[in-house]
Amino acid sequence: MDRRLSHDLQLQNKMASLDIRLKKVNKVYREGDVIAGVVVVQSKGELPHQGITLNMEGMVNLLLSTKSVGLFEAFYNSLKPIQLLNYNLDVIKPGKLPSGKTEIPFEVPLKPKPGKTLYETYHGVFVNIQYLIKVEMKRSLLNKDLQKQTEFIIEYKNQEEKAKAKPVNFTITPDTLTNVKKQNVPQFKVKGHIDSSCLQITKPLTGQLTVESCEAPIKSIEIQLVRVETCGCAEGYAKDATEIQNIQIAEGDVVRKMAIPLYMVFPRLFTCPSLSTNNFKVDFEINIVVVFADDHLVTENFPLRLTRF
Amino acid sequence: MASYEWHPCSRNYVLEREGTAMAPAPAASHPLKAITVTEVKKVDRKGAGTPPTGKAAPKPSAFVDPLSMADPLSISLDFDGSDPLSMMMKEGNTTAVSGKSSRSGSVKKSDSDTQSGEDVLDDSFEPWSFKKAAILAKYTTSEKLSITTSFLSTSDQERVVIKTQSQAQVGSVSDKVKNRLEQLDDFEEGSVKEMLNLSQQDYVKRIEELNQALITAWDNDHRVKALKIAIQCSKLLVDVSVIPFYPSKFVLVTDILDTFGRLVYERLLDKAQTSLPGTSRPHRLSANFTAEEVPEAAKETCRNWFFKIASIRELIPRLYVEAALIKCYKFLNTGEYTEALERLTMMTRGVGDPLVAVYLRCYLCRIGIQVAPRFRNHIPTCFEDFISTFHLVQGECVQNTLAIQKVEMPRYLSLFCPGLDFILQCVAHRASEEELGHTLERCRTGCNNALMINSIMSAFQPQYIAQRAITFTEMIRECEDTGLPKHTLYRTFGLCLVVAETPEDQQLAVLNEVWKIVVKLKNPADYISCAEVWIEYVVKHFGKRELSTILGDIIKHMTPDRAYEDFYPQLQSVVTKILAHQHDFSLLFSLEKFLPFVDMFQKEAIKVEVCKNIFESFSKHQTTPVNDPVVINAMMFLGRIMHDSVDALTLEDEKRVVGNLLCSFVRQVHFGRDFEQQLSFYVESRAYFSNLDMVLIALVHSVNNLSIETRKILKGNHSRKTAAFVRACAAYSFITIPSLQSVFSQLQLYLISGQVALLNQCYSQADAFFKALISLIPDLPRTLDVADSKSRTSEPFLVDFLYGFISTLLVTPDNPDSGVMYLLRGLLNVLQDYTWDPSSDGRVLIYTRVLAMLSAACQETYPYRVDKVDSNDSMYGCDPKFVSELKAIANTVIGEILGHLKTISTPEFGKRQSTLVLEVISVLMSSADLGQASMVGLVTQLWGLAQKHGQADVKTLKKLQAYAKSQGSRGVPGFQALLPKLTVN
Repeated sequence: MDRRLSHDLQLQNKMASLDIRLKKVNKVYREGDVIAGVVVVQSKGELPHQGITLNMEGMVNLLLSTKSVGLFEAFYNSLKPIQLLNYNLDVIKPGKLPSGKTEIPFEVPLKPKPGKTLYETYHGVFVNIQYLIKVEMKRSLLNKDLQKQTEFIIEYKNQEEKAKAKPVNFTITPDTLTNVKKQNVPQFKVKGHIDSSCLQITKPLTGQLTVESCEAPIKSIEIQLVRVETCGCAEGYAKDATEIQNIQIAEGDVVRKMAIPLYMVFPRLFTCPSLSTNNFKVDFEINIVVVFADDHLVTENFPLRLTRF
Repeated sequence: MASYEWHPCSRNYVLEREGTAMAPAPAASHPLKAITVTEVKKVDRKGAGTPPTGKAAPKPSAFVDPLSMADPLSISLDFDGSDPLSMMMKEGNTTAVSGKSSRSGSVKKSDSDTQSGEDVLDDSFEPWSFKKAAILAKYTTSEKLSITTSFLSTSDQERVVIKTQSQAQVGSVSDKVKNRLEQLDDFEEGSVKEMLNLSQQDYVKRIEELNQALITAWDNDHRVKALKIAIQCSKLLVDVSVIPFYPSKFVLVTDILDTFGRLVYERLLDKAQTSLPGTSRPHRLSANFTAEEVPEAAKETCRNWFFKIASIRELIPRLYVEAALIKCYKFLNTGEYTEALERLTMMTRGVGDPLVAVYLRCYLCRIGIQVAPRFRNHIPTCFEDFISTFHLVQGECVQNTLAIQKVEMPRYLSLFCPGLDFILQCVAHRASEEELGHTLERCRTGCNNALMINSIMSAFQPQYIAQRAITFTEMIRECEDTGLPKHTLYRTFGLCLVVAETPEDQQLAVLNEVWKIVVKLKNPADYISCAEVWIEYVVKHFGKRELSTILGDIIKHMTPDRAYEDFYPQLQSVVTKILAHQHDFSLLFSLEKFLPFVDMFQKEAIKVEVCKNIFESFSKHQTTPVNDPVVINAMMFLGRIMHDSVDALTLEDEKRVVGNLLCSFVRQVHFGRDFEQQLSFYVESRAYFSNLDMVLIALVHSVNNLSIETRKILKGNHSRKTAAFVRACAAYSFITIPSLQSVFSQLQLYLISGQVALLNQCYSQADAFFKALISLIPDLPRTLDVADSKSRTSEPFLVDFLYGFISTLLVTPDNPDSGVMYLLRGLLNVLQDYTWDPSSDGRVLIYTRVLAMLSAACQETYPYRVDKVDSNDSMYGCDPKFVSELKAIANTVIGEILGHLKTISTPEFGKRQSTLVLEVISVLMSSADLGQASMVGLVTQLWGLAQKHGQADVKTLKKLQAYAKSQGSRGVPGFQALLPKLTVN
């Protein structure tokens, strides 16, 4: 290829661009919805191509944590990705596109593969549920194919399990602690409640907490949101708990005997309604952590049940 | 050129006057009114031309320029059109607002937009912006500060830029979000640098840099970076390591947060307005849009912001940043911010440090007042929470911090003031009497603390406090003295009572109670800070005895160790306050202690300042003439101090101020019919204030006035005694005038004093004045300093002045010992030798008037006369010898005129020459006898000369022609013959 030609090609590459725009700004869809949008091609000069195809795909990716790899090598194969949705479509037949901006509309119905469910989008560490739309423009040999992908988000249309008020009262004292030696723990008593442990994911976690008494000065009180991901099958499974976020609700040596509100918003994408399938499970928990001035900390764990509705 | 002989025409002035007199007729409208009306219209139209800013200006919102808010003119909406000045001012206001940068301008607009629907805060609420400067000035530190951030070093910025670029290439939303969250985490761990050892100025500068960085980041679309900066800034508020600086830090940081909140709000508003799908035309939201009108895209962005904030790890930054953005909840749910406010208020309970918490609450109140002035639920919670957590200041943590930083408790407690004040102000704002009573009761039982009482007093309506003055004195007496010293309380208390009306039956009891304690204050600083405030209370409500006692007491406290030297400003304010309320100067100066008090100002400049204050107040409030010797003596004494402060280095303006004050005092002194005493007062004043021209001039005028008054009373018939008195007056003037610096003033005063002397039949004195005047002319400076420091030639002044003088000379009788027209000759001689500006014709112009005067002097009766004075007409009775003397002078004058005309006969002076010639012709026509051939010849010749270079003013020519015609038709001799010769080329 002579130099001149390759230069022209580069130029052409630069000059053409591909983009996907969905009609819904927030990109949130439910099963049975029609995903509508446009493929936008922008080019300076005429653009010959070998056809534009669109691929819509939904996948669950499972990953093994390094610490449990040894144990699971045996059934490693069973952890291959699970496809929930796959749909191919020719957006446009081979031909030429005029110079300037071309918008090609498309519509794809959202239906899972037979026997599968469209789980809600979830970005975790060991479990990832992701939905993508990919557009590809095939071009002649000399030109690179153009690609573009965008993620869209799935939420349940309806769910049998509904959030309900399940208040949890708690009292933390040195006596309630399980895995410490009692002698070097200061005397304290923290009481409180969580308004419900079965929550709608769109609503914040609420509750309150009162430091009734505490000998040692407190440095901080935090709510830690934890995901518990379980991968596996009948032969065995791996369960891992990792932190999503840590929200401080009290700073410094708070006043005693005064109720401090607990309040936490569930982050999008990183949380989803609690999920349990044959191959994997996603659960959420919170830890209420009291940090003393000497950096010793006391934790109390509360499992949560998250629902969409 | 032949010499022309002068022949004056004879005139009958009485007839002439009748002929030219105008007949008065009633006017339909005021001639000046029309102008005013057009002016108003014009202003009005201008106002309509700038509607967006004009709309914002009259609404007093929390952000509007304080000036426009205080100014009642800008609020009044009726254009009555009577006062063009106020219109101008109004216009000035609008332009001042529109002159601000577009950024702040738009904020103002959006702010008033949102508030127009809610109820707008009225003037009674002092907005936060007023307090900022005071806090910054008060809470300072000399300690080293540190700042923790990742935004201030250049290397870091590069890193961020790279990151955002890489981020742009990443396709999926999740990655983007992850990336952003990572970035948020990033600064919490890695890149943060701590800058140590910053001085306060450095620190303030850094914070300002952060503010700039935030705006730049925002403008460059690095929104995440902007958010990070906002978070880092609010993190600074967690740190209490240099505690005395904390309130100032709060002010600085919340400014940044406000900016951030504003930027986000504007951006969302922008998005909501432009991104309506389907239409290309941007859709504008109404000022009070509801959440339903907001397009989904904007809502989504808004939601994203709040999700991002909700994931901020630390409590305090999360609360601050959410509070800063609280207004944006409007895009999601109308009215949701009230819920959010309540939630944030509750969450504040998680803040352990009482100081940090009180400022956080203050910020919430501040935001609440701004966003939803009507919503108040969170305010009592803030207050209640404060009371119930206040005991923490005695807690271990706080005590440890204080011990480490070596801050004493009083100082620490005073740090709470601005925040607590603001919260209480919010509580008190528009609250019912009952509610206030409840709050007060809550404080008494909850924590009867000095700090609390102090804040209550500064937050509540002063009137409310004044009603319960006695209760408050008791509360102050009984409150626990943790930290905040009581004199601060008494000071605040005094400030309240001064602006409000204390019930009469409580006044004395309160004063006794308070003063009993104030008197015991040992530290002069504490003492004076109270006394300075309470003096106003005393002046307002009590009489001479109390005032004198208090002044005496202040002197007693201030004298040891010359303590007063350190408190001049406070002492000065004491004087100002006394003067503001006590306008009876006899009473004031009869106070035993007032002058000794003034004596405490030992520093020259300050003493003069105080004297000035007294004089100002005197000239403003003393409306009746003064003759009380006590007042006069005291004022003379103080005036002397002011006068003596003026020296060669004093600025012109300063001199003018002092001069004006002294003049207004001198004019105010009046002894009624006792003229002799009046004169002796003037003599004394002259001795005291001899350095100030202004005062001397005023004195000469006053003395002249005095002799005119004398004459008025006697109706012109002086007795021997009064004649002696008026001569004494003249003598006073005569010896005063030469001591003036300005020759111009001297000339004017000589003339006017001469005229007064003449009126009082003091011939020799008048002669002396005029002689002095004439002999002073050569000393006249050739240039005149004008206000804008450019110098102008003094000739126009001289010409005008001499016109007047020459008219006076007409009625001045000749001194029998000297020759005919002795003074006029003298004047002419002086003029002859005077060095004239070669480019002007002043001399000839004066000669024309001399000519006119000579012609009048030849008449049998003069056009005007001085009452009871025989002028030359009755003295000489048109004696031919006298007339011929006059003619001789006139001939010389004509010769001089023609000589001058000759010097400017070259064509380049054409215009000048012809103008001058026409001037001469008009004088000749009105005063020369044209029956004489020589006169006609002269006029004809001059007429030709005027048109020689073709530059004569045709209008003037025509006018002269018309005049000649009318004179001719009335049969005045000579004009018929002259007329054909007057042709216009």
